[in-house]
Amino acid sequence: MYRYDEYDQSIVDARVEEFRDQVQRRLSGEISEDQFKPLRLMNGLYLQLHAYMLRVAVPYGTLDGRQMRMLAHIARKYDRGYGHFTTRQNIQYNWIKLAEAPDILAELATVEMHAIQTSGNCIRNISSDQYAGAAADEVADPRPWAELIRQWSTFHPEFSYLPRKFKIAVIAADEDRAAMRLHDIGLRLVERDGVLGAEVYVGGGMGRTPMIAPLIRDFVPADDLMSYLEAALRVYNRYGRRDNIYKARIKILVHEIGADEYRRQVEEEFALVKQLGIDPPAAELARITAMFAPPALNDGGAAPDRSDPDFAIWLDRNVKPHKARGHAIVNISLKPIGGIPGDASADQIDVMAELAERYSHDELRVTHAQNIVLPHVRQGDLYAVWQTLADAGLAEANLDLVSDIIACPGLDYCSLANARSIPVAQKIAQRFADPARQRELGELKLKISGCINACGHHHAGHIGILGVDRKGTENYQLLLGGSGAEDVSLGKITGPGFSEDGVVDAIERVTDKYLEVREGAERFVDTYRRVGMEPFKEAIYG
Amino acid sequence: MAGDTDKLLRFRDDEAHDEPAVTLDSFVAGQTNAGAVRLEAGDDVRQLLGRLDRVALVEVSFPTFRDGRGYSAARILREAGYAGELRAAGDVLVDQIPFMRRCGFDSFAPEAPVDPAALDRALARYDHHYQRAADAAVPVWKLRHG
Repeated sequence: MYRYDEYDQSIVDARVEEFRDQVQRRLSGEISEDQFKPLRLMNGLYLQLHAYMLRVAVPYGTLDGRQMRMLAHIARKYDRGYGHFTTRQNIQYNWIKLAEAPDILAELATVEMHAIQTSGNCIRNISSDQYAGAAADEVADPRPWAELIRQWSTFHPEFSYLPRKFKIAVIAADEDRAAMRLHDIGLRLVERDGVLGAEVYVGGGMGRTPMIAPLIRDFVPADDLMSYLEAALRVYNRYGRRDNIYKARIKILVHEIGADEYRRQVEEEFALVKQLGIDPPAAELARITAMFAPPALNDGGAAPDRSDPDFAIWLDRNVKPHKARGHAIVNISLKPIGGIPGDASADQIDVMAELAERYSHDELRVTHAQNIVLPHVRQGDLYAVWQTLADAGLAEANLDLVSDIIACPGLDYCSLANARSIPVAQKIAQRFADPARQRELGELKLKISGCINACGHHHAGHIGILGVDRKGTENYQLLLGGSGAEDVSLGKITGPGFSEDGVVDAIERVTDKYLEVREGAERFVDTYRRVGMEPFKEAIYG
Repeated sequence: MAGDTDKLLRFRDDEAHDEPAVTLDSFVAGQTNAGAVRLEAGDDVRQLLGRLDRVALVEVSFPTFRDGRGYSAARILREAGYAGELRAAGDVLVDQIPFMRRCGFDSFAPEAPVDPAALDRALARYDHHYQRAADAAVPVWKLRHG
């Protein structure tokens, strides 16, 4: 894992004092709420329906036990005893007092954490593959690159007042576990002639105008990466639309001028920027990479005893192969039936920290599907891990099944939402609560957003739900056929929307139809792609 | 604004330039010998490049603090070697000035008064910066590796 040196620590400490100063000026009335808003937003502090919400950065989703314990401590001391893991691999707290926010940041800084650029029109927390460093299908660990970008983008003086927020994802595997092409910039590490570089995709995103990012450059070597990103961002900062907040993301610029013209402008800028000496030397990437050296994974112990049927089901569903022999990747579902997707209590967070320290080389990951991963577990320890999880209510064996739902906070918390997301997620999970039925349905990624901003990734769900406000009532549109993975696609709306209960019924008609027409081992989304929308439409509305 | 030096914050040793600035269009059209040019947020700063030898002041407008185009304009000017006065004018707030300094601005004409104590604190806040920009700050990676 990355460890701060004196420079990293001094920057984060200075940020705490800066924010304390800004909050003080706000509380004393020296600056207006309008002036304070971009300052607090750049520090992840939102004013929501009931209170302030603080979003804490988890860079590329990687944490150690000490940091995880700090998240539990903050939940207990400053919130109501729980936290909410987000689709951007961060955690947010929903009941924060403005006057206490600087103290929270000060506590986070003691464990090399912060809330820098977790909101605002700047470069946000860099996201990555939750299996980085453990997956067999990666060419390299993407996290050193993500850390390099984190440092470059932190308080970037030119790109802190962009037209709109800016999200970057870095992956290095064939399988895309980070929805890379649905980011403003998606980087996929590839090897060419023995040199590691990145494919650069620009202009993806969800929101009200979902777009899949086109490939803008097929190879940027590490030595040029910062110059290239600087050029890509500069073109956006200068020419991205600022007249309409809904058209201000880079996807609109790339779409309006076209990928070819955008590429041409970036190349022109890159030729100039490359002369400026802004790229760190290879030694810097090497320094960071050394800190991500894989842990020593030796004897994995005996293969797990499958005689406990509940354990065997969990093993088959939530545990994935590790690249090291005798080891495994454990997914901890934060989607108990009837729970709030992504929520964890302070006690549960402590349990996961303890498990990481004891069984996973002190490492945890947050996933964009709002679950937690223990990346490096000996197979001989899997049963003990499962038992501890089960005792803590964390052993739901539903990874990538219909009840493993991504949902935004929705109208229960969010001031932008038009409809509630959480109760819909709960009702769907309850409807499909029978584990055997879920397993029969197989991989089915269901994603719910409570408004068109699409924080719940509904466009990328095999089944997506979008909550809208129709003449004062909550109404839910249903989408089919999206994917955020390497088979990326955008879902299509089935037709007229539904009430809260109606949408649950509609999903059941969709899954019944799927079971009726699927061939072989087809996943739901494969069947949808083969047969198209019509049979499902007929099942829903016919 | 260029002539209104009361509220001007300067980080240069030379005399403030107080001749009125002309628009980019009239400057580029050659209708003036002005030594001061004003860029609006949407202007293409690159039109100035190659014509900067007689310019002593470039003023960049910030119609609202949220409009960050001026940061790129400033860096492009400095990267092209412009060494004259570079002024940020308009909705310039104390918390933006450190970023502006890093992008090469060395004078500020804020619409609303800036509290000097808050500005001093803001400018002295960070001992280190991660990235190379248009100022003299040595990036952290350079400190690490020399």
